[in-house]
Amino acid sequence: MNLVNAINNAIDIKLEEDKNIIVYGQDVGVEGGVFRVTEGLQKKYGKERVFDAPLAESGIVGTAVGMAIAGLKPVIEMQFSGFVYPGFNQIISHVARMNNRSRGRYPMPIVIRMPYGGGINALEHHSESFEAAFAHIPGLKVVIPSTPHDAKGLLIAAIESPDPIIYMEPKRIYRAIKQEVREEKFVIPIGKASILQQGSDITIVAYGAMIREVQKAIVLAKKAGISVELIDLRTIYPIDKETIANSVKKTGRVITVTESVKSFGVASEITQIVNEEAFLSLEAPPKRVTGFDTIVPLPKGEHHYMQDAYKIFYEIERTVNY
Amino acid sequence: MFKEFSPLKKKIFRIMDNNGKIKNEKWMPKIDNKNIVKAYKDMLFARTADLMTVNYQRQGRIFTYPPNYGQEAISGAVAQIISDEDWLVPAFRELGAWLAKGVSLKEIFLYYMGNEDASKFESAKNMVPFSVPIASQLLHATGIAYEVKLNNKKQTVFTFVGDGGTSEGDFHEALNFAGVWKVPVVFIVQNNQYGISTPTKVQTASESIAIKSVAYGVKGIQVDGNDFFAMYAAVKEAKDYTLAGNGPVLIEAVTYRKGAHTTSDDPTKYRTKEEEESWDKTDPLNRLRNYLKDNNLYDIDEEILIKDYKKETDRQFIAAETYKEYPIDDVFNFQYVDMPDDLKEQKREYKKFLKWKEKVAK
Repeated sequence: MNLVNAINNAIDIKLEEDKNIIVYGQDVGVEGGVFRVTEGLQKKYGKERVFDAPLAESGIVGTAVGMAIAGLKPVIEMQFSGFVYPGFNQIISHVARMNNRSRGRYPMPIVIRMPYGGGINALEHHSESFEAAFAHIPGLKVVIPSTPHDAKGLLIAAIESPDPIIYMEPKRIYRAIKQEVREEKFVIPIGKASILQQGSDITIVAYGAMIREVQKAIVLAKKAGISVELIDLRTIYPIDKETIANSVKKTGRVITVTESVKSFGVASEITQIVNEEAFLSLEAPPKRVTGFDTIVPLPKGEHHYMQDAYKIFYEIERTVNY
Repeated sequence: MFKEFSPLKKKIFRIMDNNGKIKNEKWMPKIDNKNIVKAYKDMLFARTADLMTVNYQRQGRIFTYPPNYGQEAISGAVAQIISDEDWLVPAFRELGAWLAKGVSLKEIFLYYMGNEDASKFESAKNMVPFSVPIASQLLHATGIAYEVKLNNKKQTVFTFVGDGGTSEGDFHEALNFAGVWKVPVVFIVQNNQYGISTPTKVQTASESIAIKSVAYGVKGIQVDGNDFFAMYAAVKEAKDYTLAGNGPVLIEAVTYRKGAHTTSDDPTKYRTKEEEESWDKTDPLNRLRNYLKDNNLYDIDEEILIKDYKKETDRQFIAAETYKEYPIDDVFNFQYVDMPDDLKEQKREYKKFLKWKEKVAK
């Protein structure tokens, strides 16, 4: 399965299992989504459970709030993360708050799926990574898979979560990775990172499409005699402090790689976690390999913004030789 | 016109039938014959350039592109009426209007090659960049129109959106603001029947899109968007209406997107050949060509003309392809007017990295 198949498979399993699950968004029904993630689901489960919404992100999120109040479990799609902003009001003001506001009477078991990230030569608003903006909102949990296997297990966990989940899909690798994924249902717990590779000199924390770039950088590092431990965060919030801290206690160094802007981002948060939890083990300042504090340039300039093996290796070398 | 064709009467405003015959003399706009021919040529140029752009995309020379094919009469009519002083606040499927404002094909190509310099619009006055977030631009148009009114300027603000965009809150807010402020803005909804794969009936349960204007106290009209004369007459009336200080107008231009939503889209997934063929009969260029022929105005050799247009399009395409290299500084320099020190440092650090990379990557 590739990432698209795995996500489709997870939604399929849950639609089959739980009649309260409703899937909708722009073009998700007849067409199966612009990336074909929901392809075939309308045919299988009918127009009442899988359908095309009018073109209005605020409307899609806001009606999901109502459905959740009434006991349904909406799994909704934002066509691109860069188009979610009209829906921000509903997300921040209601999705994230209703459980608290109603003192637990109306939890929000909503999943908001959205493709995110750059590297696909897209128009403006089609390349950004604003996971930190969601992670900053109390009440939301933010999940980003990096492999088909994780995509399936995490999405099933997300749909079963009583809390609202922002499920961000690295569209750049939608079809880039194929792997064996079990057909039957399985769950990967939200809030747990995974160690993709053990190492002793430096820890790299990354997620989504950046994992592949880090893996390329690890090849360069190996040639330079540097042993890298790679953590795939998988969940941005709640963040897996324990895995990060234990790793840095072992390696003494940490770099976070993201494709989002630099300031006030996930990388900054990880730096602070390391300061709090593993300060005495640090042998070099924690580093951020991120985009700039700019919007993602259009394709002609995008490569300057994006992280690649060399950008990552550059910081690995500097940090290890600090 | 707005009374006779009030959206409440559920009548579509049409002047010319599918064969190019004038069926509604009363509203036939007064246009010099030579200007009718010019309008036809403009539309033909836009169509030629548009079809070629899809080809460039297929050749991998540009990225995703949203074709205009089948909708040329709408911006073709606006093109004949919009002045240098008037504002154009575009969505992204109104090529003819862009060209009329003085945007070059080269700039348009540059955009789809992924270069922000495209939006400098060096010879287009009162022109705003592309708005990708659907319907958001309608509020900008309304704000611009506020300034026009405030300073008693003789300008109309033309803005575009598709049928899908009328579902967004911004569409309704823009109509409401414009109605309350009574500002000179003309909202043109290109109802091409689909928002990507989603048909208009999934967007709205209204009788029409034009009828939405009524609730906002805004004049509205539903027009056959593939009828050049009806579009011309409606846009002209709307411009005169706004210039007279009467406030905004909403024009629903009923058309059909003969091409895909963008070059990434595959319409066979959601519509039938039969449907596409039934709309072919309404093709805006065929209709106007038939009119020209019937009235002995068609003194052009279309093949030669298209050949010239292709040559010109190619010339501008090459100019875009050979445009100067993307300067690294441009990634940073426009994010702020007053660049924060931290961003300056990010730029310096990045350049340092590139120097290192030059050595290491060898």
